Amino acid sequence: MKGFTRLSAIAAPLMRANIDTDIVIPISRMIGNSVRGTVGKWAFTALRYRPDGSENPEFVLNRAPYRDAEILITGPNFGCGSSREPAVWAIQEMGIKAIIGSGFGDIFYNNCFQNGVLPVVLDPQTVQAIAEEVEETQGTGKVTVDLEACQVVTPSGRTVKFTVEPRRRTGLLEGLDEIGATLRRDTEIRAFQQRDREERPWIYRPGSDS
Amino acid sequence: MTAPQTMFAKIWNSHVIAEIGDGTALIHVDRHILHDLGGSRALLDVKERKLAVHDPELTFATIDHTVSSAPGRKGTIPSGIELMKALRTETAAAGIRLFDIDQPGQGIVHVVGPELGITLPGALLVCGDSHTCTHGGVGALAFGVGWSELAHVIATQTLYQRRPRTMRVLFEGRPAPGVTPKDLILALIGTVGTDGGTGYAVEYAGSAIRDMSVEGRLTVCNLSVELGAKMGLIAPDEKTYAYLEGRPYSPKGAMWLRAVDAWRALPSDDDAAFDREVVIDVTKIAPQITWGTSPEHVVAVDGRTPDPAAIADPDRRKAVQNALDYMGLAGNAPIAGTPVDWVFIGSCTNSRLSDLQAAAAIVRGRKVASRVRAWVVPGSENVKRDAEAEGLDRVFVEAGFEWREPGCSMCLASNGEQLAPGQRSVSTSNRNFVGRQGPRARTHLASPAMAAAAAIAGAITDVRALEDGR
Repeated sequence: MKGFTRLSAIAAPLMRANIDTDIVIPISRMIGNSVRGTVGKWAFTALRYRPDGSENPEFVLNRAPYRDAEILITGPNFGCGSSREPAVWAIQEMGIKAIIGSGFGDIFYNNCFQNGVLPVVLDPQTVQAIAEEVEETQGTGKVTVDLEACQVVTPSGRTVKFTVEPRRRTGLLEGLDEIGATLRRDTEIRAFQQRDREERPWIYRPGSDS
Repeated sequence: MTAPQTMFAKIWNSHVIAEIGDGTALIHVDRHILHDLGGSRALLDVKERKLAVHDPELTFATIDHTVSSAPGRKGTIPSGIELMKALRTETAAAGIRLFDIDQPGQGIVHVVGPELGITLPGALLVCGDSHTCTHGGVGALAFGVGWSELAHVIATQTLYQRRPRTMRVLFEGRPAPGVTPKDLILALIGTVGTDGGTGYAVEYAGSAIRDMSVEGRLTVCNLSVELGAKMGLIAPDEKTYAYLEGRPYSPKGAMWLRAVDAWRALPSDDDAAFDREVVIDVTKIAPQITWGTSPEHVVAVDGRTPDPAAIADPDRRKAVQNALDYMGLAGNAPIAGTPVDWVFIGSCTNSRLSDLQAAAAIVRGRKVASRVRAWVVPGSENVKRDAEAEGLDRVFVEAGFEWREPGCSMCLASNGEQLAPGQRSVSTSNRNFVGRQGPRARTHLASPAMAAAAAIAGAITDVRALEDGR
C-alpha cells in the first residue's frame, strides 16, 4: 500500500450531503475478482455522466481545474451505505488521495486507510469555509493536507488542525503491514482463545453438545 | 461492586485481546461469514501472501449476492459465475463450510446466520457486508467490515476496532394495526437522520422490542446502518432462546444449558449509562414509505412529500428538490396513489418466513394489478421450503407474483436483476439510493404488508385499508 505524508493539490468541492457508496461506484461495475484498476472511470456515474453516456458538464470533477483534483471536499456523511471497498478504489483511481469532510460512513472511513487514502474530519463550518475559499479562487488555490503535522492549509494560508487515530496515522505514514504486525502477536491471540475456550466452549465447537 | 454495564460493553470487553491505545483494541472474531461478492477475493489475498486461514471452523460461507433468483436458475451474470466458482474452490481448499445452491443453508448471509444458529447471543460476528448489523437481533455484536479487513480476519481471527460510543433507542408502546418492525425502524431513521447513529453501537429496547418477534428484531437491527450505526443489538430473552434452540449450529444438550446461563447475564444492567438516548412513541407511528433517495426521506403513507418551497436552508431545499426530481414526484403532494411498476418482497431486511406470511395475508384471494410486476424472493433455501410447506408460494403465484429462488436479487441488483430506467418499485429492502435497483430506478422502501398492498393496488397504498376488510 502506498502511504500518505503531505500533499498540496487542487481540491474539488462536492458538498452534496449523504453521497452514498452506490453513487460512488455502481454495483454493476465492481463485480469480479479483478476489478481493481477498472473502476475509476465509473466513479460517481450517476452524477458524472448523462443518460447517453456523455460527461455532465455540471459535475465538479468534469470541470477545469477540478478535473485534476487530488483532494475532495465533501458534504456530511460522505460514503454512507455499503462496505464495498471498490468505492475507495474508484475515487483513488480518479486521482484523489485525500478527502476532507465533516463526517464519513464508518466502513468507508476504515476502507480509506486500508488503501492509502486519507480522510480528514473537520467541523462542518470549517469544511464549508474551505470549500468557499477554493471556489473564490475558481479552484486554482491549492489546499495542503499534511499528515505529519496533522494540519490542512487553505488557499488563503489559514492553518486548520485535525486529529487522526495514532495507529491510523502511523499506518499511513509508514505504510505498515497490518496482517503481518498482528500475526507477530499470534501467541497472544492463541492464549486468548485458549482461555476463552474454557469460558465459552460453544463458540469454538459450533453445534456441539460438549 | 462493579459499575453498571451496557450489553455492548459486556460483549466488547469479553472480546478484547489487547488494548492498543486511543480507544482502539485488537478484538477476537467468533464468527465470520463469507459471501460470493468479496469472499473469494479475501481468501485469495490470504493465499497469495502464503498465510493460512486462522480458524476455518469459525468461518462459514454462502452464495447470495450474484446468484440468480430465477426459478431453476440456470446460470447468472458471467462475473457472478466466476465469483461463485472461486468461492467454491477457495473455501474447499481452506476447509470452510460453504452452503451452496439448493442446499439448506444457502441464502442471504444475514438470514442464514441466525437461522442456522451460527449467530449466537454474545458472539462477535463480522462479514464483508454493511447489513451485518442484522445479527444483533439475537444479541450478537455484529458489524460489517471492508474487504481488506476480511483478509485480516481470515488470517488472524481478529480485527482492530475503535470502541464506539453507545446509544439506546427505546421503542415504547404498542404499535397500531398495520404497523410493523420495518415501520418502527424507518420512523426512527426519519427522526434521527442517516447519520444520527454514526459512531455508535445502538441498543434497541423498550416495550415494543420486548413484545416483538425475533424475526422482527432482526429487521430492526438490519436498518441500523441506515442510521449510520455499524452495530445494532437487542438483549436476548426467552424468545431468542426458543428461536435458537435446536438450530444446526446452536449448542446442544448440556452445552446449550451452559450457554443460555451465560447469555442471561448479557442484557444491559439497570442504570447502565448510554452516551445518547432516544425515545420513540410507537403508538404515534403509521405505516411508513420512503419518498426520496435516502432512507431518512420517509413519511407516513397518509402523509405528503416535502415542500421544497417551505425549506429555508438553500442546501437542504436543493437536496430535497434533487431527490423529488430523481423520483419523479411533486413536492407537497400525497404519497399514496403514486403508481408503481414493480414490487419486490425480499432482501436481508424482510425475507424471512414471518415477512412472507404478512405479505401473503394481504395478497390471499386478490390479484396483482396488471401494471405491476411482482416478485417474492425468499431469504434462504430454508425459508423457501418452510413457506412452500405452508402453501404461501401458491398464494403468491395465484395472485400473480413470481415465486423465486433465494438470494439478494433486486435489493441491490448485483446479479443483474434490476428495474428499467425510470421504473418505480415498492421494495421491502433497505436502500432507496440513486441507482440502487438499476440506473435511474426509483425505489420506495416499505414493509412486506405495504409492498403487498402496493402490488394489489398498482400504486402506493395504505395497507390498513386492505386489512380492514379482513
